[in-house]
Amino acid sequence: MSADSTPSKETANPGVDGTELIRFDKVTKRFGSNTVLDSLDFTVSSGKHVTLIGPSGSGKTTILRLLMTLLKPDEGTIKVGGEYLMHEEKGGKLVPAGEKHIREVRKNIGMVFQQFNLFPNMKVLRNITEAPVHVLGLDKDAAEERARELLDLVGLTEHLDKYPTQLSGGQQQRVAIARALAMRPQVLLLDEVTSALDPELVAGVLDVLRDIAHTTDITMLCVTHEMNFARDISDDVLMFDAGRVIESGSPEKIFTEPEHERTREFLSAVL
Amino acid sequence: MNNWSWSYVGEIMPDLLKGLWITVQATIYGSLVAFALGLVWALALRSPSRWVTWPVSIVVEFIRNTPLLVQLFFLFFVLPAWGLTFAPLTTGVIGLGLHYSTYTAEVYRAGIDGVPPGQWEAATALSLPRRRTWTAVILPQAFRRVVPALGNYVIAMFKDTPLLAGITVADMLFQANSISATTFDYLEPITVVGILFVVISYPTSLLLRALERRLVR
Repeated sequence: MSADSTPSKETANPGVDGTELIRFDKVTKRFGSNTVLDSLDFTVSSGKHVTLIGPSGSGKTTILRLLMTLLKPDEGTIKVGGEYLMHEEKGGKLVPAGEKHIREVRKNIGMVFQQFNLFPNMKVLRNITEAPVHVLGLDKDAAEERARELLDLVGLTEHLDKYPTQLSGGQQQRVAIARALAMRPQVLLLDEVTSALDPELVAGVLDVLRDIAHTTDITMLCVTHEMNFARDISDDVLMFDAGRVIESGSPEKIFTEPEHERTREFLSAVL
Repeated sequence: MNNWSWSYVGEIMPDLLKGLWITVQATIYGSLVAFALGLVWALALRSPSRWVTWPVSIVVEFIRNTPLLVQLFFLFFVLPAWGLTFAPLTTGVIGLGLHYSTYTAEVYRAGIDGVPPGQWEAATALSLPRRRTWTAVILPQAFRRVVPALGNYVIAMFKDTPLLAGITVADMLFQANSISATTFDYLEPITVVGILFVVISYPTSLLLRALERRLVR
């Protein structure tokens, strides 16, 4: 795996890099009386690897779930690749988007979950080919070819004919990564992908992600408690507290000389 | 009390087995109706539209809360007055299927609810079309969970088939009754009917338990 510390910016495709890919505009999300995101603004440029850190309940996972359309914002808009994610413009007015529009924009986004969420009724290979065949319209052979390449990338070629329950947690999570990548998304959302793993299995999953971060131009949004990993792969780190970004910057800056008191407290607790 | 006569049992056996075959057919076809219709109810009850869920839940509750025999009589004696006439066995299959579909609907509901939310989320994250999410992800997983409960209803339905004798279906009990009505000897026919029920339903329930162990891994 790429243990070398080649900065991802240099390996990323310069043609895609730098343009704005994700924009949160005054996004508010409440659960009951609890405001999880409070009029949040932030943008992510194409090809960047952004890590969201902060205490639990600060809204990091909510951001990923909003982007994946698993949640709807109460206020504000989200744009992906210049398109509204959950809204459509009709007659000059912004209205909630229909299923077709959401589906079209969402195809650009992939997600890896804390609990893997592989389909237990399908073998590994079909877990990966299911969406390319039935969403992208790839023929079965092309989808399987793509799946085999990805299984090779995550080091699980010999397991393609197994059911998820026959694999370890770390292997399942690597299959889940391959499944998300099979859709060739522009954006990959990683939601605490190692939190449910036994400690000895974490490294294998992080190595795969490092490899992907360093060899592709995919944009990554990552919620993690693995600070070393965050330091390795991130271009930017956003520190969240109470639904707002209180500090952001390069990993070097955030991890070595944080400005905000809350950031210092948080880092001293987790590092 | 009469003495048990094996030769009499031998004489009536062919008719009883004929009745058993009818009973088995009613159970098999009735189950298929109940499995299919129950799924229709279960999916309709999850519709976002109240115009679908209200009427369906009223129908389901109504059927579940009226006795099967009353429903069979209604289908057999009342519907013909409105020009709808079916053969007795067909009527029985419809009645059993319809009645039990209100229970299988509940089984499916529980099975579908038992699929972890993460499965829906993964399907959404992959943008799988709604229909595909149901047919490839949710229902196959729900099905594994519902097999044992569905199997129990098949056995319950099997044991309810004697009610079909009430609408002239020539099932086992009907056969036993007709024999007894001519010979005035109830001991052997009714006893053999009971034994035949056990002989079928007990091994079936063992089979179901084995299937359950295989499916729920």
